[in-house]
Amino acid sequence: MPSNALKPPKNSKMPGIFRHQIMIPIAALVLLALFNLIADPSFFKITMGQTSNGDPVLTGQLITIIDYGSEVAILALGMTLVTASSGGQDISVGAACAIAGSVLLRVLCGTETSPEKLHAPIIVGFLVSMLVAMIFGAFNGALVAFFKIQPMVATLILFTAGRSIAAWVNHNQLPNVNEPSFGYFGSYIPGIPIPTPFCIALLCFLVTFLILKFTTLGLYVQSVGINEKTSRLNGLNPEMIKLMTYVFLGICVAVTGFIKVSRLSTINYSVVAKDIEMDAILAVALGGNALSGGKFSMSSSILGAYVIQFLTTTLYKFDVKSDALPAYKAVVVIILVIMSAPAVREKLSQLGKKLRAEKHTAESA
Amino acid sequence: MKVKKMLAFAASLAVCTAMFAGCGSSGSGDTTAPKSEDTGNTADAGEAKTDAGSGDLIKVGIINNDPNESGYRTANDKDLKATFTKENGFDASFAYSLKNDEQISHAQKFIQDDVDYLLLSAADTAGWDSVLKDAQDAGVKVILFDRTIDADPSLYEASIVSDMAKEGQTAVDWLKSQNLDKYEVIHIQGVMGSAAQKGRSGALTDTANAEGWTIVTEQTAEWNAEKAQQIVQSVIDSGKSFNVIYAENDDMAKGAVAALDKANISHGVGKDVIVMGFDCNKWALEELKAQNWNYDGQCNPFQSSYIKDIIDKLENGETISEKTIVMDEKGFDAATITQEDVDNYGI
Amino acid sequence: MQDGSLLELRGIYKSFPGVKALQNVDFTLREGEIHALMGENGAGKSTLIKVLTGVYVKDEGDIYIKGHTGPVQIHSPKQAQEVGISTVYQEISLCPNLSVAENIFLGRSEGRIISWRKMNKQAGELLDSLGIAVKPTQQLASCSIAVQQMVAIARAVDMDCSVLILDEPTSSLDESEVAKLFVLMRKLKDRGVGIIFVTHFLDQVYEVCDRITVLRDGKLVGEYEIEKLPRVQLVSKMLGKELDDMADIKNESPEYDSKSDEFVYEGKGLCSSEGISPFDFNIRKGEINGFTGLLGSGRSECVRTIFGADKVTGGTVKVDGKEVRISKPIDAMKQGIAYLPEDRKRDGIIGDLSVRDNIILALQVKTGFFKPFSKAKATEFAEKYIKLLDIKTASVNTPIKSLSGGNQQKVILGRWLLTEPKYLILDEPTRGIDVGTKVDIQKLMLKLASEGMSVTFISSETDEMLRTCSRLLVMRDRKLVGELTGDQLTQNTIMATIAGGEKDAE
Repeated sequence: MPSNALKPPKNSKMPGIFRHQIMIPIAALVLLALFNLIADPSFFKITMGQTSNGDPVLTGQLITIIDYGSEVAILALGMTLVTASSGGQDISVGAACAIAGSVLLRVLCGTETSPEKLHAPIIVGFLVSMLVAMIFGAFNGALVAFFKIQPMVATLILFTAGRSIAAWVNHNQLPNVNEPSFGYFGSYIPGIPIPTPFCIALLCFLVTFLILKFTTLGLYVQSVGINEKTSRLNGLNPEMIKLMTYVFLGICVAVTGFIKVSRLSTINYSVVAKDIEMDAILAVALGGNALSGGKFSMSSSILGAYVIQFLTTTLYKFDVKSDALPAYKAVVVIILVIMSAPAVREKLSQLGKKLRAEKHTAESA
Repeated sequence: MKVKKMLAFAASLAVCTAMFAGCGSSGSGDTTAPKSEDTGNTADAGEAKTDAGSGDLIKVGIINNDPNESGYRTANDKDLKATFTKENGFDASFAYSLKNDEQISHAQKFIQDDVDYLLLSAADTAGWDSVLKDAQDAGVKVILFDRTIDADPSLYEASIVSDMAKEGQTAVDWLKSQNLDKYEVIHIQGVMGSAAQKGRSGALTDTANAEGWTIVTEQTAEWNAEKAQQIVQSVIDSGKSFNVIYAENDDMAKGAVAALDKANISHGVGKDVIVMGFDCNKWALEELKAQNWNYDGQCNPFQSSYIKDIIDKLENGETISEKTIVMDEKGFDAATITQEDVDNYGI
Repeated sequence: MQDGSLLELRGIYKSFPGVKALQNVDFTLREGEIHALMGENGAGKSTLIKVLTGVYVKDEGDIYIKGHTGPVQIHSPKQAQEVGISTVYQEISLCPNLSVAENIFLGRSEGRIISWRKMNKQAGELLDSLGIAVKPTQQLASCSIAVQQMVAIARAVDMDCSVLILDEPTSSLDESEVAKLFVLMRKLKDRGVGIIFVTHFLDQVYEVCDRITVLRDGKLVGEYEIEKLPRVQLVSKMLGKELDDMADIKNESPEYDSKSDEFVYEGKGLCSSEGISPFDFNIRKGEINGFTGLLGSGRSECVRTIFGADKVTGGTVKVDGKEVRISKPIDAMKQGIAYLPEDRKRDGIIGDLSVRDNIILALQVKTGFFKPFSKAKATEFAEKYIKLLDIKTASVNTPIKSLSGGNQQKVILGRWLLTEPKYLILDEPTRGIDVGTKVDIQKLMLKLASEGMSVTFISSETDEMLRTCSRLLVMRDRKLVGELTGDQLTQNTIMATIAGGEKDAE
């Protein structure tokens, strides 16, 4: 039919953005947003509230998402690099967060469980905890880079032992910080209506993007992740680069641990940042990054992290049992894994070709 | 090449294990120290046995879960240690494990050491029959505390436990007694299926049904403060109104309060939202005392006085009328709590 | 079938999409002989063996085996075993965590209950009869590679094989182990087993084999008695250059000032973890020289040592007369040395990255971690070399893996040219790419040399090297065995030097 013949063939030219991997989290986000829009538009309501001191704060589901999604997003930064460089994931980040948080409280509270005055400035505590987290990151990185142990296996060590170490740091006490300004980092800084965790996350994103822009880290990490042998022949030191990504993840872990501890001004070793490693890995996967390493897109991972929180918040809002949450996440993982399997991709592209070919024959007929 | 790699791997593993073992052992230093004392004690006891006829010291073997497991367990262990002292006429040996089979072998060792009483908080309910029979044959009297087991009641003298449903009921009764205009409750549950969760949830659900209370949301936060915070945050964000937070432990209550603070919702005595927790952590009782929370239900870790009671009775030849003894468990009201309560009952 | 033949292949054809791997190949193996199967890479040796062992199914042709009337069909490795063909590969495919005896009898109990004592006794007898000094109860992994190989052979022999294929068995053995293996091979030969021996080592062929079959480009070149085929002729047959045809085709090579003493690179006593004998090497400014030798002779390992790509275990290096240490690639790069590796896919490209990133990589690494090129700058670099080398790519953003082999090679070449090296090492830059690109690359080499760059060139195609190099270093069996310059640069002398040993037999 002539009218049909005039139609331009579909899929022949898509703008670059539509092929970019960031489309995966964007599509998921749009899907979730649409669902909420239809189910209950009040989901998107943001109101300006006030704290007891009269400082303005923003509240609403969306604010909650950017607030609680920030920890995973920060971890996703490091997890993306680790994944890209070593083709595996660090499953010990949750345990490492517990250690970082524990060290932070140990420095701030000394050996008291609930000191009247902090023993050290918060920044000192944070820097010490960051140092410790970086050392543990380096430990993981060394196992992976120099001993060539599978990342999941290597980090299984810390995954298993981490929370015990965290408990040991504070002699099994659960210190409590009474200093109100410590709580600012998990809620709001007076005068700033945006949740502090999100501000911290923004700062981390900024720093990461500056690092990627003003150093060659991105190129090196991808090169090492794609082809280690070639990278070495081009003068890179793949072991050092892998190690670096794990140390970087250590920094992310320290920041996350800090936020987590600040939210409650205390810590519970056995449950703090529980299962966060799975969310961080899921964020990387949801960002369309290959879990086998190589090319990565940082912004996709970040978006992936917030999509996960979007999902969580949506499920909470609709009173889905929270112990069923992992099941929903599992569904997302299954879909992602299946869609990214080479066999399925091939089938899909074949199907696409076939459809186009059929269309073509139909047109010419 | 491969062999080399494997060696390197093995070496690194060995290093790691050594490292963590180092950490672990220093972490559980409290655990091992009393154990080494044990052996000394039992040796002493062996000598003491010659003049045991005078009945100087009563020899007890205590098998407990690792005190590092939780604040509850730490308090429990401390309490036992404070009661079963030489001054009180006891020669106590302690053994800790979270594993049933290890506990059983500890029990066998105690039986061999000829203890008079075996006090047991079992890690697992099953598998105790044969060892308890051995104890009976050897004339060792067994008293269970904190945890029950699946064994014939004739194998032990008494079992001292908490009644979680009663704890829940006490709390719900207190809530009922507040005579609020309306009851809109956020119910934050523990790990689903655990004894504490079942008991504490059951009381609330039943009463809410009977009294027509509104349960705004009922979610498990799995004893996790962070999750509790998110659950409450979600309720706040959706603009639902509520005036009671019933959290099945202190940690979760704390998480919920963090969400309230963030949203500038007042809570505590005479404020908008009533906050209820369980377990009587010291810090939680302090919150009560500061009027930030309203109620905290006790899960009594202090079984030693009950145990001592039973031992005294048995030593005097009396019989125990009730095999299962449920401990008194208090509920603290912010309005009436005193510093003494905080000091005595905080764990 | 002829008398005394164990195995005959007649008119075997096998092709893969786009490649005719075997065309009308005949092969005969007699009882009690060791028969060398020779040919350069891609000649069809491994395809032929895979046809024999049932890994591939031939397209056409017949296989006859003694004791079977009419042609036999081999469709699977199991069928090959049933007709008495066994293979021992370079990579031993036994179970390292089982004992020697268990390995010998593994998978052959046919449902019978195994008596361990009986099994060990039988294995012991077998090993004794073959003169293999190992206890049947020893764990295989604790044996040396040579012993493992012999155990594999013993297993094959015990399965009543009449045809034994040894695929590169000696490449990971030292000299004494090779000698032991040869003793075993001769013993089997005396028992009437026919052995097909695939190797790159010419010396070994002449030491142990009776006859040689040479393949080239999937075709049979011929079958020869070992006494009647001098080494140099064997080499010429493998390379496909008849001695008579070897008119001097040289003299396009550039004129450089050979008196210039300006060595860009001087290495003494270089050796690496890859097991090449220590060698000396130097190159002058503007010179093109090359390493030649058969595949596996160690020519790539030499240049890898120069570049620090393998672990350098000894030697001293001077660059521009100053002593320097080159232990890893970045050291070499800082001295202005560039290396285009032999295995493009494994060592050359970063598959998923764009053409642009692939081009700038080496220069970027050299420039430093804190000085990344802007995207505009990188694109500019990339476009410059895309134009200069006429790289056919959709855009600078195209992933390199979607380019053709020749264009990938040009990208890698561009990557190294971008670093403006003073000394460029090209290891098989022309392999597997089309003729046009080959010529381009040769021309480019000559041009670069005329501009003062020093180039070391390795190619399996001798005429390419003759056309471009003014000096050739000849490798044999991982040793540098000769250096040819000026008038010596002819096919004949090259082959004679490669063959070694029998120069006067010519």
